[in-house]
Amino acid sequence: MAKVRRTKASPKRKAAKKSHSTSKKTTGKRKKADKSTAKKSAEKAPRVSKETEPKLETVAEGIVEETREEASPLGSTAEDMAKRQREISVAEFFMKNRHLLGFDNPRKALLTTIKEGVDNALDACEEAGILPEVRIAIASGADENRFRVTIEDNGPGILKSQIPKIFAKLLYGSKFHRLKMSRGQQGIGISAAGMYGQLTTGKPIVITSRTARSQPAHYYELEIDAKKNEPRILVDRTVDWQAPRGTKVEIELEAKFQKGRQSVEEYLEQTSIANPHVTLALVTPDNETTVYNRASKQVPDHTREIKPHPYGVELGVLIKMLHDTKARTLQSFLHTDFSRVSSRVAKEICDKAKVSERSRPSRVARQEADNLFKAINQTKIMNPPTDCLSPIGEELIVAGLKKQIEAAFFTAVTRPPAVYRGNPFQIEAALAYGGSVPGDGLARVLRYANRVPLLYQQSACAITRSVLSTAWRNYALQQSAGALPTGPLVILVHMASVWVPFTSESKEAIAHYPEIIKEVRLALQECGRRLAVFVRRRRKAAESERKMAYIHKYIPHVAIALREMLGLSQHQESAMVKQLTDVLERSRA
Amino acid sequence: MSRIANQIRETAAAVRSKIQRKGKPTLTFPLRSLANVKYQPKKGFLELKGKKKTRTLTVATVKTFAQTLRMMSQAKTLVEDDEIMTKREAYYVSKNWDEARFDEQPESDTVIDDIEALFQVNREQLGFIPEEKGGEIAGKLVVIDRDSETGKELRIDCTKFGSGAYSIPISVEHLKFETKAKFVLAIETAGMFQRLVKHGYWRTANCILVSMGGVPTRACRRFIRRLADELKLPVYAFVDCDPYGMFNIYRTLKVGSGNAAHINRYFCVPNAKFLGVTPQDIVDYKLPTHPLKDVDIKRAKDALKNDPFVQHYKPWQDAIQQLLDMGVRAEQQAFAVHDLNYVIHHYLPEKLAVSKTFLP
Repeated sequence: MAKVRRTKASPKRKAAKKSHSTSKKTTGKRKKADKSTAKKSAEKAPRVSKETEPKLETVAEGIVEETREEASPLGSTAEDMAKRQREISVAEFFMKNRHLLGFDNPRKALLTTIKEGVDNALDACEEAGILPEVRIAIASGADENRFRVTIEDNGPGILKSQIPKIFAKLLYGSKFHRLKMSRGQQGIGISAAGMYGQLTTGKPIVITSRTARSQPAHYYELEIDAKKNEPRILVDRTVDWQAPRGTKVEIELEAKFQKGRQSVEEYLEQTSIANPHVTLALVTPDNETTVYNRASKQVPDHTREIKPHPYGVELGVLIKMLHDTKARTLQSFLHTDFSRVSSRVAKEICDKAKVSERSRPSRVARQEADNLFKAINQTKIMNPPTDCLSPIGEELIVAGLKKQIEAAFFTAVTRPPAVYRGNPFQIEAALAYGGSVPGDGLARVLRYANRVPLLYQQSACAITRSVLSTAWRNYALQQSAGALPTGPLVILVHMASVWVPFTSESKEAIAHYPEIIKEVRLALQECGRRLAVFVRRRRKAAESERKMAYIHKYIPHVAIALREMLGLSQHQESAMVKQLTDVLERSRA
Repeated sequence: MSRIANQIRETAAAVRSKIQRKGKPTLTFPLRSLANVKYQPKKGFLELKGKKKTRTLTVATVKTFAQTLRMMSQAKTLVEDDEIMTKREAYYVSKNWDEARFDEQPESDTVIDDIEALFQVNREQLGFIPEEKGGEIAGKLVVIDRDSETGKELRIDCTKFGSGAYSIPISVEHLKFETKAKFVLAIETAGMFQRLVKHGYWRTANCILVSMGGVPTRACRRFIRRLADELKLPVYAFVDCDPYGMFNIYRTLKVGSGNAAHINRYFCVPNAKFLGVTPQDIVDYKLPTHPLKDVDIKRAKDALKNDPFVQHYKPWQDAIQQLLDMGVRAEQQAFAVHDLNYVIHHYLPEKLAVSKTFLP
């Protein structure tokens, strides 16, 4: 989502530059300052700070415009306005908009903090090919509504130089700029959690990390400089740490610990279902430990980073790419910076856009981007490669479900990859039915995006829409119009994609793309057909058992009556029971 | 009696041998409904047309099948021991049968009716007796019964009951009769019967009075039938002028019912005639009336359409049509409008004088 916002920002910024010279000045200054600090500190990712820039600028602008709207009816002069126009700190912005990032209330803040920590840990472990083991501890803090959350993993650890920025700078990370299937997407999560803790308790975020047994363990206490969005290091030392490798994050925050729906437990349980290779341990404030053991020792396949597909690019992004590219000609730009664009297709696009394939990309950006954008969407381009996705797999989904849910029937379907708006995605669905699953209410729906459980905003999600629009009655289940099916059923749906289209930054619901809804439905229908076979077979077996019982109940009476009427012996009577039972059982088969 | 016991035995043996031949045993019953009867004018009663239903022992029917056989066994015991059992008692006896017991009496009644039809006998011959009362007799008749202890002959004079009456027993086959009466008058209501008894109508008209009390029971029909057959007495029916009196009471008395068609031959009085009250009587005697109810109209139209008896007799069709056209009904007691004993002094004598014109 942040990506989308970024793209929108570019044209807006241009407009802003024209109309508000004051705002331009302020942001311009800051831009310079940021660049210099970034260059000094982040050698490995020089583009990072550059990328975060427009985002902050947009924020500033939004507020500036708001102020102007307030002012105009009073007849203020440009000078009056200028007095009120000032920079907005990240902290202010964050506290005003914390619901966007999942910190709406203390309860959700706790969940989001743990979720961000666990997501990061799992992503890091998997990228390093390590079987993840994550320990989460929630301890009571100084007063009733304060908790100290510790998330410790056995991952690859973090280089000392990177620790401050990763944990104490918003919008810093490795995942934002690449099109690759991973849990995190934006580089906001853990630093936002740290900031939330800092703002609600005043306590720093504490990090311990070690990359190998031969290396020392580094201990940091960090604060975010809310004005500059820069880390402030309070403590930096090496410590003795028994773990040979891994990262430990400690955040103290204002929170509420609660069990039940949408709780930390539910999140961890669902995580362990969709990530059967993960072992999770939770220590609650009451010192109870719950362990979710792994059911598989198979680390998910490495996912490959892909270039964007032309169909998935918006005009703003296209212009930016034209500016930034190293390619000399338009044709080579199209060919090298996008997936599935051969030289021939690139030429075709250029022809359609009536732009020479030899034009310089930066020139095209200013003048003919619009035509080029239209031409792209008129040209037939092969679907993006789909080997960049790593679905959980039917067997492992079932293993994950079996681990946490006692049911009589399990099935899972992994659909072939598909494409929405140029982004490859893959849908998996699974059902658990019967057993000790509660059968008197509606089915439970477990939604996942890139293996991360989605706990909030169920009704706004494309997955829910698909579940509701599936005709479950065809599959021997009950379903009221417009409702979830009823019965002892758990429905699991997973969407794997290089870019999951969430409806908001807090990543709670998947947007309603027709392609996604269709794929989910197809997966559910396949699961449903298998379920129907099972349910019908079981019903038939129950029916035939009932009939058998019926036969055994009444046949003796036939024999008794015949014995009475014909004066038979006991022996003859029991022989008759046997014969008659044979006759009836044979007739059933 | 042992003839029936043998029949039961044979049926049971057939079921057994089928089982021994590894086949599914069957029981075949005549279909008991008005759709499976036809009127036999020569014989004078409704007779089965011969549609049968076969009950095969399958998973679905095993319960009923077992119950039928156990009830047959019960009947055999009753017959052999010369014992009787009411339908209600049969229902209670079945409570010994564990899973095969009946939950409600209608279920056991149906099974008893099935067995009755299976052997083409009446349930009394199987030892099952109804709870219902048989009807009452007053007038010039001597019933010869036996004392149940000594077995000695008992002579019951039906003129000696004063203001009371002789009650028809449930089984009438063993009775003998003596009479000098001229005819039998079968009356629908106990009230009218009481009036005629009180004023000694049987003496003045030299007849036997029977109170049927609604639709006559099997015993009552059988009793009248024997009077008609053995004493060669004409039988006249005196009922309300409405479709119920005509087709439920009178028709059942004369030709039997659809449900018990397999035994109608014994339980009907083919020579019975309809004295009244006829639709024409309503006009002739200026009787006060009530409008026909919906259920009356339905019953009348149903009789015109489906009743094999009505379809055979044009005069009945005309009478029903007349009643429907008038749209009214009248009760036996309606004659009280003229005088309490008008029926004794005027109506009955006048009608009996023209007995040739009675509806068939």
